[in-house]
Amino acid sequence: MEKFYNLWKKFGKNFEEGGKWQKLSSFYDAFDTFLFTPQTTAKRVGAQIHDGGDSKRTMILVVLALVPCALFGMFNVGYQHLLATGQLAGGMTAALWWKAFGFGLLAVLPYYIVSYLVGLGIEFVVAQIKKEEVAEGFLVTGFIIPLIVPINTPLWMVAIATAFAVIFAKEVFGGTGYNIFNVALIARAFLFFAYPTHMTGDNVFVRTGSTWGWDSDMTAVDGFSGATPLGQLATTADANLMPVDFWTMFNGLIPGSIGETCGWAILLGACLLLCTGVASWKTMVAILGTASLTAWLFNACGPETAVANYPWYMHLVSGGLLFGAVFMATDPVTSARTECGKWIYGALIGFMVIVIRVLNPGYPEGMMLAILLGNAFAPLIDWCVVRVNINKRMKRA
Amino acid sequence: MALSKKTKEAFLGPLNINNPVLVQILGICSALAVTVQLKPALVMGISVTIIVALSNVVISLMRKSIPMRIRIIVQLVVVAALVTIVSEILKAFAYDVAMQLSVYIGLIITNCILMGRLEAFAMTNNPLDSLMDGLGNGFGYAWILVVVAFVRELLGSGKLLGYQIIPDSWYVANGGFYENCGMMLMPAMALILVGCIIWAHRSINDKETK
Repeated sequence: MEKFYNLWKKFGKNFEEGGKWQKLSSFYDAFDTFLFTPQTTAKRVGAQIHDGGDSKRTMILVVLALVPCALFGMFNVGYQHLLATGQLAGGMTAALWWKAFGFGLLAVLPYYIVSYLVGLGIEFVVAQIKKEEVAEGFLVTGFIIPLIVPINTPLWMVAIATAFAVIFAKEVFGGTGYNIFNVALIARAFLFFAYPTHMTGDNVFVRTGSTWGWDSDMTAVDGFSGATPLGQLATTADANLMPVDFWTMFNGLIPGSIGETCGWAILLGACLLLCTGVASWKTMVAILGTASLTAWLFNACGPETAVANYPWYMHLVSGGLLFGAVFMATDPVTSARTECGKWIYGALIGFMVIVIRVLNPGYPEGMMLAILLGNAFAPLIDWCVVRVNINKRMKRA
Repeated sequence: MALSKKTKEAFLGPLNINNPVLVQILGICSALAVTVQLKPALVMGISVTIIVALSNVVISLMRKSIPMRIRIIVQLVVVAALVTIVSEILKAFAYDVAMQLSVYIGLIITNCILMGRLEAFAMTNNPLDSLMDGLGNGFGYAWILVVVAFVRELLGSGKLLGYQIIPDSWYVANGGFYENCGMMLMPAMALILVGCIIWAHRSINDKETK
C-alpha cells in the first residue's frame, strides 16, 4: 500500500499550485480522501496490520474495479443494438463506435440513477429512523445491480427489486455488514423469480427498440435472435453446439446481462482487487478451479446434452461465472471468513454453478443461485473450520 | 347481557395483543399454503373459526369428566369430528374452493392453534368464555390470512376474489408497462408478508406499552 501511496503523492504534485493540472485539484482531493483516508497505519513491528483501512475505502476500490465492466457493458449494449438492427453491415467505423457507446450510455445510465436513488433513499430513511450514520454499504451494491440485469428490464422492476433487496436482505438483518446474502444478488434473484419473462429468454438481452427516442425507426433484422450463448445451449437439440468461440466469448461482444460479458474487463477489476487485497484470491481460485473440474467431469462422462459437452474452459468465460467469482462471491461480508473456509466456500459455489447449468434445463445460468447457496452455507463452513481447529489444538495440549 | 371483563378479554385479546399468528407464531404453515388467493383464505379463516369455537365449547362442557391421561385423545376425536363435518359441508356447497384447499381443510386437525386453545383455555374455563376465546382466536387467525391473501392476489395475479382489478391494458402483453409479481405466488413471499405484519404489529404495540 505504501508503494501505491508514494506513487499517488508523486502524481499529486501535478495538482498543486503551479502544477500542470492545478484546476483539477478538487478531483485529486476527492480521490485522495476516498482512497487514502484514514492514513493512520500501525508501526512495522512484528505481526501487525500495517494499513488503516475502513469500509469506505474498500467500497470505493471495488467500485473502481467495476468501472471497466460498466464502461464495456455500455459499449456492448450499443454494439449489440447496432448489430441487431443491421447497422454494422457496412463494417465498424469511428462514428458507429461512438454511436454504440453513446447509445449504451443513455440506455444504462437510467439503471444507475434508479438503483442509487431507490437504494440510497431507503438507506437515508432507515438511518434517520435508527438514528445512525448513513453507511457506505450501498455504493457497491448500487453499482453492481445495473450490471447484472438484462438491458431490457423495465426500470420500475429494478426499483422494486432494489427496494426489496435493501430492506429484506440488508436492513432487517441490521444494515451494512450484517447481511447474510449478497444484496445485489438478492435484487437479481427477486427479479428472476418475480418477473421471469423479463429475465430470461431471447428478447431481453439485446435492445432492439429505441433509447429515449434514438433509433426509434429501427427494427431488428430478419432472422435476428437475441439469445445468450448459454441460453442457446440450454434449448438446442444439437449435442455438440458451440455458439461462439473462446475469444469472442472472452472479449464479451455477445448478448448478456449488462456488465458480465467481458472477460478482460473483469480480470482488470480482479487485478485491482487482488493487488489491494480487498478480495480474496482463495475464493476466486477455488471457484474457478472447482468449476473447471466439475465441467471437465461432465465433459468426460456426463449426459449427451449440449451443456454437458460444452468444454470446461468455455464454461469459465460463459455467463456470469467470472463476474460472480470476482465481484460477488468475494464480498467480505457474505463469504466465509476463515482462510480455510474460503476454499470450501469457493469450491461449493464452483461445483454448484456447473451442476445447475448442466442438470437443470430451467436455469441456463447458475451463478446467482450458486453464490446465494454459498452465502447461506458460509457461516456453517466458518463454524466447522473453527471447531476443527479448536479440537486439533485441544488434542495437542 | 353484560359480558364480564374476562369474557371480553378472551375475545379481544387474540385479535391483537395476543394474536395466535403474530404473537404466538402458530398456524403459520396453513397461512403460507392457502393465501395465494383471497377466496380460499376467507373460507379457510371461517372454517378454522367455526372449528375452534365449537371444539372449545364442546371440550369446555366435558372438561370435568375427561380423564387427564387421555385428554389429548378426547380432544382429537372432537376436533376430527368437527373437521370432517366442515369438510363435507364444503364439498357439498362450495366444491371448487374445497378442491383448491385440498388437504389443508383436513390438516386443520393438526393446526397448532386448535390444540393450543383446547389445552390452554377450554380445559379450565366455562363454555361461554371458551366460545369467545375460540371466536377471538379464529378471527385473529382469519384476519391475518385475509390481509396476506389480499396482497398476494392483488400483486401476484392482479385480481381480488377472482375479479380483475388491475386494468388489462396495463399489461406488457397488451402494450402497457405492468407485469404481475410472480414472487407473490410463492410461499416464501407469504412468509415475508407475515413477517412484515409482525414487524408493524410489534412496533405499534411496543410504543403502546412504553
